[in-house]
Amino acid sequence: MADALPRESAPLDAATAAPSLAQRARRPLWRDLLAEKRVVIAGSYLALLALVAIFAPWIAPRDPLEQDLMLSLLPPAWAAGAEPGYWLGTDDLGRDVLSRLIYGARVALTVALVAATLAAILGSVLGLLAGWYRGLVDGAVSRLVDIWMAFPPVLLSILLVAIIGAGLPAVIIAIVIIDWTRFCRVVRAETMQQAAQDYVIAARTIGFSRRAILIREILPNVAPVLVALVSLEMGIAVIVEAILSFVGLSVSSDMPTWGGMIAQGRQIIHHAWWVLAAPLAMLFVTVLAFNQLGDGLRRALDPVARR
Amino acid sequence: MSLAAVLRRLATAAVTLFGVAVVVFVLLRVAPGDPIAMMIGPGASEADIAALRARYGLDQGLVTQFFIWLQGLIAGDLGTSISLRSDVLGLLGQRLPATLELAGAALVVALLVGGTIAILGTLARRSPGEAVVDGANGLLLAVPDFIWALAFVLVFAVFIPVFPLTGRMDPTIDMDFATRFFLLESLVRAEFAVFGNIVSHMTMPVLALALPLAAIVARVLKGALIEAMGQDYVLLARLKGKSELRLVLQEALRNALPATLALTGVQFTFLVGGTVIIERIFAYPGIGNMAIDAVINRDLPLIQGIVLAFGAMFIAINLAVDLAVAALNPRLRHG
Repeated sequence: MADALPRESAPLDAATAAPSLAQRARRPLWRDLLAEKRVVIAGSYLALLALVAIFAPWIAPRDPLEQDLMLSLLPPAWAAGAEPGYWLGTDDLGRDVLSRLIYGARVALTVALVAATLAAILGSVLGLLAGWYRGLVDGAVSRLVDIWMAFPPVLLSILLVAIIGAGLPAVIIAIVIIDWTRFCRVVRAETMQQAAQDYVIAARTIGFSRRAILIREILPNVAPVLVALVSLEMGIAVIVEAILSFVGLSVSSDMPTWGGMIAQGRQIIHHAWWVLAAPLAMLFVTVLAFNQLGDGLRRALDPVARR
Repeated sequence: MSLAAVLRRLATAAVTLFGVAVVVFVLLRVAPGDPIAMMIGPGASEADIAALRARYGLDQGLVTQFFIWLQGLIAGDLGTSISLRSDVLGLLGQRLPATLELAGAALVVALLVGGTIAILGTLARRSPGEAVVDGANGLLLAVPDFIWALAFVLVFAVFIPVFPLTGRMDPTIDMDFATRFFLLESLVRAEFAVFGNIVSHMTMPVLALALPLAAIVARVLKGALIEAMGQDYVLLARLKGKSELRLVLQEALRNALPATLALTGVQFTFLVGGTVIIERIFAYPGIGNMAIDAVINRDLPLIQGIVLAFGAMFIAINLAVDLAVAALNPRLRHG
């Protein structure tokens, strides 16, 4: 998934690699971002989804937990036998699918935001240190990454949640513990590449300390790749949360989640396909949006492409 | 690759495997719940518990415990599953072939699909067709196996029911298998009806696992192919009058393979990891499905055995790929 991040996009040519401040000032950042269609479309969708999640109590037509067995397994509004007001139908307990979908966005986006940010911080710090100071630090970090990569991520996340105990914080911690390696590997490689560039050598010749170069020179040049990775990681986090909900290890069942709805829909697939199809479609579009946003950001922020 | 380099690579793999064992041990020791209490259940006397404690070394320090555990591991003693009341090693032997067949079939499909996309993209390069191929591949790249699997469930098991939804084969099939590799064995023994039944059960899970990997193979291979197509030796072959398709297949492909293989190997481990949830969705009787039950039942010995099995598989795949890439690439061979 995020490991598919193309490496060839990284600035390879020493002459073009270091974006000077003058270059960056030539065109404001927001114009680069708006010029990238994918950033605009995916970004708008995700912003809309965030608004829906935040204002869920006002937007959702019904209480997502309200059961009404008289109204169970209602089909979506366009199908025969539908009940007005239940746009996407109901599940086997008579709960409104649309309202559950809207509330489910809260869990999905919370996990995406918090888990991706924390994983990015942990992985980047280790990656920067390993790539810049090399030696013993690099050896230790690289070995740790190797060991980590020997675990199947899905199994490890299930295992971690089983150990920590179910619930939102456990899901977030599990994702951070597993996915920091994605950031660590990319940031380490990027740092090593930047460290060999002329501008870094120049900064050292002038007499900047190693730490100053790391923070003031390397970090800003690694940042574009990092931002794109965070967006991709958010997509992955949404999937992991859905998988954990699917196997019943995420948040408690009185909080609607897309993964939980999918698990329920999978059980009653032959009676009510919409209970599975609705959250699956949301999951698909949301993951696609994070993915496209990440790709678009990488392009828009790439110092070489920006010229 | 020199002998020394091979040995060094083997040593790295051994260190990683040891690290995996340490992590598994630590994870399971910090897990809440008393393993002994789970093992014998309620009604056991204090003396029984103490005896079991001593037997598993749980009355010793953590480091001693680790070495007792490691000794058992090396001797092939993975303990007894609490929920299934059966030897963990035996359970793995029973279930692992199903997972290996699933992952192996998915790898083959991924290489075929990915290779086809890459060749089509290369033939269509610098034409409007390339954008179509790249767009389709971009979509494949973005969608994870979990979503594919459930979409297939909806489309091919509910809307147009063409494939069976669950299991490895119909329960009515009555065939005495000598091995647990049902797919391979039915093919080798020319039991084509059984083979076809197994294939139709495996189609959806295999495709779900294969498509994300196919997209990665396609992108890397296409890049390598297009680069190779610009080389002098391809130009020479083109001057000799070879068709574009022949140029790609006979000239460029050979030189584009090592780089693709190196990346495929790493990505294949992700595919193997993906079997856990895919087996769950299709109730496929492999070790991934068993792993989720083990976690839900807090069956620590079984969890431990499965995680180690996955870890060993991952390390073996990475090792095999590194060695294969070195063997294929003449520039690294004498490195």
